[in-house]
Amino acid sequence: MTSIAIPSGMPQYDDVPRFDVARVRADFPILGREINGHPLVYLDSANTSHKPRQVLDVLDEHYARHNANVSRSVHTLGTEATEAYEGARAKVAAFIHAPSTDEVVFTKNSTEAINIVAYAFSNASLRPDADSRFRLGPGDEVVISEMEHHSNIVPWQLLCERTGATLRWFPVTDQGRLDESGLEDLVTERTKIVSLVHMSNILGTVNATSRITARVREVGALLLLDCSQSVPHLPIDVVDLDADYIVFTGHKMCGPTGIGVLWGRGELLAAMPPVFGGGSMIETVTMARSTFAAPPARFEAGTPPIAEAVALGAAVDYLTGIGMQAIQWHEKELTAYALDALGSVPDLRIFGPTVPVGRGGTISFALADVHPHDVGQVLDSLGVQVRVGHHCAKPVCSRFGVPAMTRASFYLYTTTEEIDALVAGLEQVRKVFD
Amino acid sequence: MQLDQLYQEIILDHYKRPHGRGLRDADDSADRVAEAHHVNPTCGDEVTVRVATDGTVLHDISYDGMGCSISQASASVLHELLRGRGAGEAFEVHEAFVELMSGRGQVTPDEDVLGDGVAFAGVARYPARVKCALLPWMAFKDAAARAGVGVSPEVKA
Repeated sequence: MTSIAIPSGMPQYDDVPRFDVARVRADFPILGREINGHPLVYLDSANTSHKPRQVLDVLDEHYARHNANVSRSVHTLGTEATEAYEGARAKVAAFIHAPSTDEVVFTKNSTEAINIVAYAFSNASLRPDADSRFRLGPGDEVVISEMEHHSNIVPWQLLCERTGATLRWFPVTDQGRLDESGLEDLVTERTKIVSLVHMSNILGTVNATSRITARVREVGALLLLDCSQSVPHLPIDVVDLDADYIVFTGHKMCGPTGIGVLWGRGELLAAMPPVFGGGSMIETVTMARSTFAAPPARFEAGTPPIAEAVALGAAVDYLTGIGMQAIQWHEKELTAYALDALGSVPDLRIFGPTVPVGRGGTISFALADVHPHDVGQVLDSLGVQVRVGHHCAKPVCSRFGVPAMTRASFYLYTTTEEIDALVAGLEQVRKVFD
Repeated sequence: MQLDQLYQEIILDHYKRPHGRGLRDADDSADRVAEAHHVNPTCGDEVTVRVATDGTVLHDISYDGMGCSISQASASVLHELLRGRGAGEAFEVHEAFVELMSGRGQVTPDEDVLGDGVAFAGVARYPARVKCALLPWMAFKDAAARAGVGVSPEVKA
């Protein structure tokens, strides 16, 4: 890489916070594993991240010492569990700079979080007295993009089927960026909600949302951002983003599976009807009817994933301890390195932005006409773990004319040596299928 | 795991030089022709298998598709093994192939029955790839049923 002198007085590269990757790696027990006789090279963090000892210990400690149900016991264990669960909510709220802890709803994952919003719209649409912002019918429109994960497509297709509303979408450019050229025609007074991915799980694109947000505000619609791939990797401030909802999932950010987050502006959550009915979400119940608790409890029916939430709080502590800005920078350097290195592999085609700007550390590609399944299998035999297939984003694959892609994705524990191992593995793939 | 157990030379040969690829019309206009299109939703592999039969003999098995080396080579082997066979005999081969693939590497294949299909014995050790190998065979089963010839016992892929 060439180095360019930055004039004094400007922010210097050295000002960027850094961390010691080797020390971070030592926190992750699984990174010591061997796969098929080779050191594990895990390049599938966009799928799920690994968990540091600090998170595993909290999970274990919760069950070993503090296990009880939450929000319904006066005994000591119940109080400890409730404090830990609500403490985790406060940590998550601080992590995304939510104005209020009550704006954080714990869910199972991002998919459930999006479905809660979609079904709240659906339920509101059946009730004439519901807030008109959530009421959908024929003539109303929902806007998504061609870049979405299936979890941000299918819930809206189903919502539109139920309500008679119309689903529309932003196209994707050849460079893998969101095509905003039709913004004014796409987001109009008919639009009720725009639901967009913040960072694409397949192209790696990080969408600049400010123009869209401005248009959404202009027409009086709502904006949901799917931050499943951005919250784990970038500093996120929901006030800065000026979204109405964001969703993300714990297991991609060093936390356990089974825990996700719906963040919504407090005033909006308070106006939304419930989706799941059951324990914990009520104010009072008679045989004839019920009234409902305020958010976030309104959207957390039944016993929640308590230990998972507590461990997510530990993951947030862990990431905050290292620093999200440092993590972002580490991944930016890895991405620049990887784009360079992959560019040197003959017959390799990258899908999505080929410069490390406005993109994260998730890179999908094709190697000649070798099917991604075969690429992934040969890489696995060398210990290199990548994702192959359509990545739950079939429309993106169709957009680029391929049935499947191979994807390498990075995180705070990824090293340049691992990217070298990927490139060496791709040479092996070429040998087998030449 | 040994990669060459999975990617045996025979499999790579069928993949690089597939036999009988491309969907064809029946030579005999009296034949019943039917096809089935199967996809593997986890990876997007697709195959269409078409069967032309007089009800007794499978005059042609043609196919088209896109996917990994395992699924495409498997279609080529299927064509090679079953084309021109009597329906009953074909379903015996079908059953043997399904048994091999469901055997987690514990089944010893009979080359007299399975021909080049024995090369897939290694694939059975890779649970993630068994579906790839079975994709054309499941499509064949449906296509044959639609063309009115017998069906082998239900299998779980």
